[in-house]
Amino acid sequence: MGITFRKETFRDDFTFKNSPEHIRRFPFPFNEDAYMYAVNIEPHVVGPKGSVLENLIDVDEHYVAEMQDRALVLAEDPLRCQSLPHMTLAGWDLLELLMEQQALGYPEHFTLERNGDRWRWINRPLGIDDTFTFGDTSTLPYGPMEYITRQSQGDFCILDQRDGNLWMDAGMVTTQADWSLDFDIGMNFFEWHAPVPLAHEKGIFTRALKFLTNIQQGKPARRLNWTMTINPRLDTSPENYHKWGPDRATVTPENVGDKVHLRVELQSFWRLPRSNGIVFPIRCYLIKMDELVTQPKWARRLHRVIRDLPEELATYKGLTRYRPTLVEWLSKLDDGSPTSSGFGPD
Amino acid sequence: MSTGTTKLDVVVSDVVPVNDLVTRFHFRRRDGELLPTFSGGAHVVVEMRDGDRTRLNPYSLMGSPLDTREYTVSIRRDDVGRGGSLFMHRQVKPGLEMVISYPVNLFSLDLRAKKHLMLAGGIGITPFMAQTSQLAGAGGNFELHYTCRTASLGTYADVLRERYGNRIRLYHDDREERIELDRLLSSQPLGTHLYVCGPAGMINWVRDRAAALGWPSETVHFEHFAAPQPGAPFDVTLAVSGKTIRVGEQQSLLEAIEAAGVDPPYLCRGGVCGQCETNVISHDGKFIHNDHWLSEEDHRSGCKIMPCVSRFEGKSLVLER
Repeated sequence: MGITFRKETFRDDFTFKNSPEHIRRFPFPFNEDAYMYAVNIEPHVVGPKGSVLENLIDVDEHYVAEMQDRALVLAEDPLRCQSLPHMTLAGWDLLELLMEQQALGYPEHFTLERNGDRWRWINRPLGIDDTFTFGDTSTLPYGPMEYITRQSQGDFCILDQRDGNLWMDAGMVTTQADWSLDFDIGMNFFEWHAPVPLAHEKGIFTRALKFLTNIQQGKPARRLNWTMTINPRLDTSPENYHKWGPDRATVTPENVGDKVHLRVELQSFWRLPRSNGIVFPIRCYLIKMDELVTQPKWARRLHRVIRDLPEELATYKGLTRYRPTLVEWLSKLDDGSPTSSGFGPD
Repeated sequence: MSTGTTKLDVVVSDVVPVNDLVTRFHFRRRDGELLPTFSGGAHVVVEMRDGDRTRLNPYSLMGSPLDTREYTVSIRRDDVGRGGSLFMHRQVKPGLEMVISYPVNLFSLDLRAKKHLMLAGGIGITPFMAQTSQLAGAGGNFELHYTCRTASLGTYADVLRERYGNRIRLYHDDREERIELDRLLSSQPLGTHLYVCGPAGMINWVRDRAAALGWPSETVHFEHFAAPQPGAPFDVTLAVSGKTIRVGEQQSLLEAIEAAGVDPPYLCRGGVCGQCETNVISHDGKFIHNDHWLSEEDHRSGCKIMPCVSRFEGKSLVLER
């Protein structure tokens, strides 16, 4: 039967909403009542039906609206999509991966026909039917990475692997939590993570890099990350800080439920076969507090996590200004009873 | 989580003698599907079931990465090694079902290079077979210098000359032909990357000269899988699993650990990737380190060992496994 794609916006009138089924499948990132960094990486294998892990590349009811929002961002700022000259082969690797995974998971919406290097790609939700030569950039309207990531939810960083390090040498980044591809392009793993507090001292990045450089073909991995966003805005970039930064001063006890969103990133890591690079999809899921607290366990747990979050992390995640208002609002939904372990709702 | 690779069930589809020492093996998937795409420089680990012994040896993929109907590896017979190559040459026939790993690339091209300068010695030619195919298909700029003992042992020299003409330079030991390395390294355009694969002596020579001539280390790439060396048997205590094992003369320490039912992570089994690095809890004796992973300081410390290629002589060795 397929997905019913919502007509909605992530800017101006902010009509973005989750359907009740999508609230239940939200990837709630806390499996206990407190949060601290950990190298929380696990194999990226298919999860339960009805979860965001049902397919390794998830397509949901927000697909069409997210792709429209991406096109708007790119029209205003083409530097959100960049690929250094040596990364074209990796772009073809990514095109193959995303076409294969989307066609496999959602055959009613996507079809890939391969006849040698002559490929036909049908994307029904976006009304695309293109035939092209795999490996020949002149047969596509954009470079291979840009072409396929204009048709795939989430941001994508392609990392070149050399000298025992990973280098941010290509990407499509329009739904980011306050970081900039244009600033980070060409940086290595330690350079682009330099602003993260506390984690360096714990040796987390050294261990994470060792793990990532050993990711093997056919064995992707994943982790969850999170922050909060005021209004369901996908594009919270430094470039557009003047548009979304002031929103954080608009939170009041009356509008918390509608304005404050938990923003969860499902990050996955895949070895690319031809280029030997790594692709790092960062898929953003948003849920407003009114939707989240329909699951009482999540309401109780989120209250405890936000209340007890170390100050450095709250600052880094940009929560400082509205944290007291949010904690006060959530506290009314926390009767102090225990929460079951695990991520899912009760 | 384990960082080992996924396995592929394959069947030997062809066995082709190439010259007196080298034989080529072709693998296809048993289910008839395409094999995974790979990049030039990648290797697979071939599992050899030889009676009650299992050997796992890495071999570079030498076919074109553009053709994944089959994988091909070329193996030089080593009459004094631990028997892996002899098993392949003597026991492996078309139709035999085998298990190989997914491809892993520890000798990747740097695609930023304006030019790829490749130096091969003997059977070290195999990763360059795949890399030159990959680069030629994409219009890449490369030049390959290949030394072999004699023309008849110049594995694939004829194929390479036919494909790439003057981009291939051959040097035959029996004709006293030598690479003029200093002149070669001094005359390369800016942005050239250097790749070397061959015997340890050749790799060391090239790396030393490149460093002396001012090549930045990140532009010098090399692959040297140390084959595990045979040696005197020795006993090891695995403290975590509570087992005591004996490492046989023709067995590697890693193989002996695996034979005892303990599975450390591994990728290359040749002392370069670092996966099987193991802490030493105590020892009374002498280590024979053969890896390229640990630093000299690590080697001297007696606290770490790479069980895929290194051995031990002495009274007792206790490992954290």
